[in-house]
Amino acid sequence: MTTSEPLLDVAGLNAGYGAAPVLRDVSLSVQAGQIVAVLGANGAGKTTLLRTLSGLLPATSGSITFDGIDLRHVKVERMVRHGIAHVPEGRGVVTELTVEENLRLGGLWRGKPKLDDVYELFPPLAQRKSHLGHQLSGGERQMLAIGRALVAQPRLLLLDEPSLGLAPKVTAQIMALLRDLRDRTGLAVLLVEQNVRSALSVADVGIVLALGRIATKDTASELAGNDDLRHAYLGF
Amino acid sequence: MDRFLFLTFDGLSRGAVYAAFALALVLIWRAARIVNFAQGAMAVATVYAGYSVTNATGSYWLGFVVAIVGGLVLGAAVERVVMRFVDHSSPLNGVVVALGLVLIIQGVLGMIYGNEFLPAPTAFSRDAFEVGGVALLSRYDIFVFASVGAVVVLLTLLFTRTPTGLRMRAAAFAPDVSRLLGVPVGGMLTLGWALAAAVGSLAGLLVIPTELGLHPTAMDVVFISAFTAAVLGGLDSPIGAVIGGLVVGLLLSYVSGYLGATVAPMAVLILLVVVLLGRPDGLFTRARTKARAA
Repeated sequence: MTTSEPLLDVAGLNAGYGAAPVLRDVSLSVQAGQIVAVLGANGAGKTTLLRTLSGLLPATSGSITFDGIDLRHVKVERMVRHGIAHVPEGRGVVTELTVEENLRLGGLWRGKPKLDDVYELFPPLAQRKSHLGHQLSGGERQMLAIGRALVAQPRLLLLDEPSLGLAPKVTAQIMALLRDLRDRTGLAVLLVEQNVRSALSVADVGIVLALGRIATKDTASELAGNDDLRHAYLGF
Repeated sequence: MDRFLFLTFDGLSRGAVYAAFALALVLIWRAARIVNFAQGAMAVATVYAGYSVTNATGSYWLGFVVAIVGGLVLGAAVERVVMRFVDHSSPLNGVVVALGLVLIIQGVLGMIYGNEFLPAPTAFSRDAFEVGGVALLSRYDIFVFASVGAVVVLLTLLFTRTPTGLRMRAAAFAPDVSRLLGVPVGGMLTLGWALAAAVGSLAGLLVIPTELGLHPTAMDVVFISAFTAAVLGGLDSPIGAVIGGLVVGLLLSYVSGYLGATVAPMAVLILLVVVLLGRPDGLFTRARTKARAA
């Protein structure tokens, strides 16, 4: 693990919906080639954190710096150009478009998208190129959403609940894929998960959010081994 | 039989115009979930602009181009300046704003051009050729079929074969996801309105000379027919709009041919009511996919 300048640096971030603050004074950083798991109960602010980072939700105060750029002033539709891909909760596959169209969409901003790598990574998608999004299984949709994010060749992947509704075996495959991508390409991942065991199995660092604040932050192995923390925040 | 053939071709020619106009309604519905009730008035405004240019220059085609380009500009302007700021929490808001636009546009046109019918020129003769002793098609009918056909083909290619078309479809179906993927969703919406208004202008250019002439309300009845066509096809379906347009054109032609022209507007309204009661999703909209919610 490197200790150089972080790829993503968040400091004192506050955000919320209308007058109701959700995130309070959140600070964290992600290095290149690092998987950071964001854990916490329902309503802790995990999804809000990702939505604020990618600009879908404006921050009320604080700073978000990505590779030296102030992301708070970058429009949502420009994020992908800076190397940030956000796979939203519920997978975000455009169900009215085909698998191939979804993937092409992911790479449109860079001109000619290269889809072969994704098909190689996810063979089931290669067999269903012309199927519409709503014809896919949950696991295939998750593959498609992640594959589509990868077509853009991001440096930071914001991944919201990839295990939601998936069989444990499929979840394990996706976690293994994240580990592999990190090791091979230096991809940084901010992984929001309810499935704590899966997330900590692959993450380098874990952050526990509680009621919008960072309750604790430690290495993944430390978190997984700390019984008190697990009982208090993670419920197992 | 001769009469039937004549009415059929006449109906298809009118139906092609309704198809184009219905297609414009569908384009905006798919992009913005708004039925653009101002489309008739917007189309008339651009046809007036073309009329002014044709009068000043003596060139029908220059006026034609000005009207189409005017449609692009007016459509984009209406989206950027007005519709973007309409609260979409209730579908009625967009409808009311569109009806307000109708009043403004028709009022302004009346002030500039007066509220009487002006003669609108046609590019080609409307005298029908005789085929086997039956007058079936005029050069103008062929022009109508060719231009509407070209629009349908070009729009199909745009939406299915080009990156911009893919962006437009994605932006309509899933705006937030599309933005995360780098699609300028606002720009796609503006483009959709511009294209739709230009197609509406084309329909106005084609149909106004065949009716009473140019008048601020010249497209009101056409709008009802085209709206019926779009609803018949299912507002979400471009191919449905085209088929719906042809069906409405044929219906109007047969009813006015066999029962009298005064009955024709009623026939359209009856068809609209029947469709809304019996098949409100239209004939060509796929059954809403259960998977959509999943």
